[in-house]
Amino acid sequence: MSKKNSSVNAKKKINIRKFLKGDLLTYLMVIAVYAVLQTMVATGNMKSLYQGLLVPMCVYSIMALSLNLTVGVMGELSLGHAGFMCLGAFSGAIFSKITSDIIAVDLLRFILAILIGAAVAAFFGFLIGIPVLRLKGDYLAIVTLAFGEIIKNVVNVFFMGIDKNGLHLSMKDEMSLNLAEGGKTIMKGPQGIVGTPNDSTFTIGVVLILITLVIVLNLIHSRSGRAIMAIRDNRIAAESIGIHITKYKMMAFVISAALAGVAGVLYSHNLSSLQAQPQNFGYNMSIMILVYVVLGGIGNMRGSIIAASILTILPELLRSFADYRMLVYAIVLILMMLFNWAPACLEFRERHSLKNMFAGKKAKEVQ
Amino acid sequence: MALLEVKNLTISFGGLKAVDNFSVSIEKGQLYGLIGPNGAGKTTVFNLLTGVYKPGSGSVELDGHNITGKSTIEINHAGIARTFQNIRLFKELSVLDNVKAGLHNEFKYSTVTGILRLPSYWKVEKQMDERAMELLKVFDLEQEAGTLAANLPYGKQRKLEIARALATDPKLLLLDEPAAGMNPNETAELMDTIRFVRDHFDMTILLIEHDMKLVSGICEKLTVLNFGAILACGDTSTVLNNPEVIKAYLGE
Repeated sequence: MSKKNSSVNAKKKINIRKFLKGDLLTYLMVIAVYAVLQTMVATGNMKSLYQGLLVPMCVYSIMALSLNLTVGVMGELSLGHAGFMCLGAFSGAIFSKITSDIIAVDLLRFILAILIGAAVAAFFGFLIGIPVLRLKGDYLAIVTLAFGEIIKNVVNVFFMGIDKNGLHLSMKDEMSLNLAEGGKTIMKGPQGIVGTPNDSTFTIGVVLILITLVIVLNLIHSRSGRAIMAIRDNRIAAESIGIHITKYKMMAFVISAALAGVAGVLYSHNLSSLQAQPQNFGYNMSIMILVYVVLGGIGNMRGSIIAASILTILPELLRSFADYRMLVYAIVLILMMLFNWAPACLEFRERHSLKNMFAGKKAKEVQ
Repeated sequence: MALLEVKNLTISFGGLKAVDNFSVSIEKGQLYGLIGPNGAGKTTVFNLLTGVYKPGSGSVELDGHNITGKSTIEINHAGIARTFQNIRLFKELSVLDNVKAGLHNEFKYSTVTGILRLPSYWKVEKQMDERAMELLKVFDLEQEAGTLAANLPYGKQRKLEIARALATDPKLLLLDEPAAGMNPNETAELMDTIRFVRDHFDMTILLIEHDMKLVSGICEKLTVLNFGAILACGDTSTVLNNPEVIKAYLGE
């Protein structure tokens, strides 16, 4: 009997170790890639064209992780994730512009901007969640789809200025802000925000990816994460064992929105001029992020980062194909999808996986 | 005093009275059976007891507390746990995590504690693991702790569902056709398990079942439903020999 017990314990420990190992591998992967890329930059081995892609890589990795929390862990579809990113981007940028003279320490100001971007996006996530997350069915997809478009369009008619009397808002034009002498316009509707301090760096981006990973992975392996996944797998059963459905769905969605807001802040502080356009905050971007998630594997956080990074660099790598660039991009997408999901490929990967190679090596050593 | 006291429970869907004047009184530690032909309203009674449906009239008292019309979650907190006719497991979670999900309200720590992995996270998770493994051991599932619930064979899925329900530390356990789809060997094993659960956890059990061997083998008292109304009620052997009951089941 005791022998049986010990074998059970051993097995359990292996399981726990297995998932911790999986998480650790993800963190190590991010750090290793960072080290390699950073060395390339430092030694001058990277073209400036690619250097410009480093921060966007981080932005879209965080976006993919954030959406994967909604799609993979909570099991609901969000088609307006770029909307949360947009909120984060603009609220963060506005904060930085207002306080650029007041807070002298760039890093401190940027951290505050990130927190504000996250809070604003989380607040809107909460507002959307109140009616929608009570419903059963695909309503979240419909509502977020509309939300993303609305946010983008509202931002495009939004004017904001500041003078000695405080903040002035308008949805008409710059003149109607009625700024006093010496006041400055912060946000000019379709022209967006110009001159956001350039606080985003690759290092900060990677740190933010790591923080996002910690939040998402630790959440999954906690009591709350189990409740969220239980609801995903079977709502009725989850209720029958006393789990509050709306509370945990809301928790997952608000965290997801906040992380998208963080990605937005990182995005806006990487650009000197920020506008809300269809290609950066529109429906297409939301779908693009969904593509990263599906391609990397729904519920697979490491896959999300890999897919987002590769697909961010790919268009630039394919520049030499000129007119055929998007064609090749599409083919690569299809190939990646096949590689990830086709049964024959899965079997091939199983047979030739690194794990098996190591196992085989070990077995030989023993012999 | 009875642990579960149900009086004149009634619910109608449109013009159909699915459950009509249902009353039952179950003593602590009893193994009580609810039987009846298909469509008699047995599962509807379970859904009324667990708050899935709100009763049109009547009252439900558990251990002296009125739980009529409360939500599923409140009723689970009050002490009723159930299994489902069509198994409802968390399929993408491991067997261990299914039971740990059941322990959700027994062992608590905040979400922030979980995300930051504070010391109490490790402590409580360890307690949860231990408690969950104890429960799995009762059902002989400890070897499968790391398996995905979806990959378990059918009989073990049924057992896991009971283990998950027990994890919420209920006073009353409702089993909806626990032997459905089982072969005679598995059913015999299940009978032993149910008896063991009753004795080991000092549990009160109300079960719906069509398998008469199981019903006559383990239930002490029975209530027979037909067309939503009570047809007979009493000791198992008396009820099963009641000509009305035999007529309802087998026809004239």
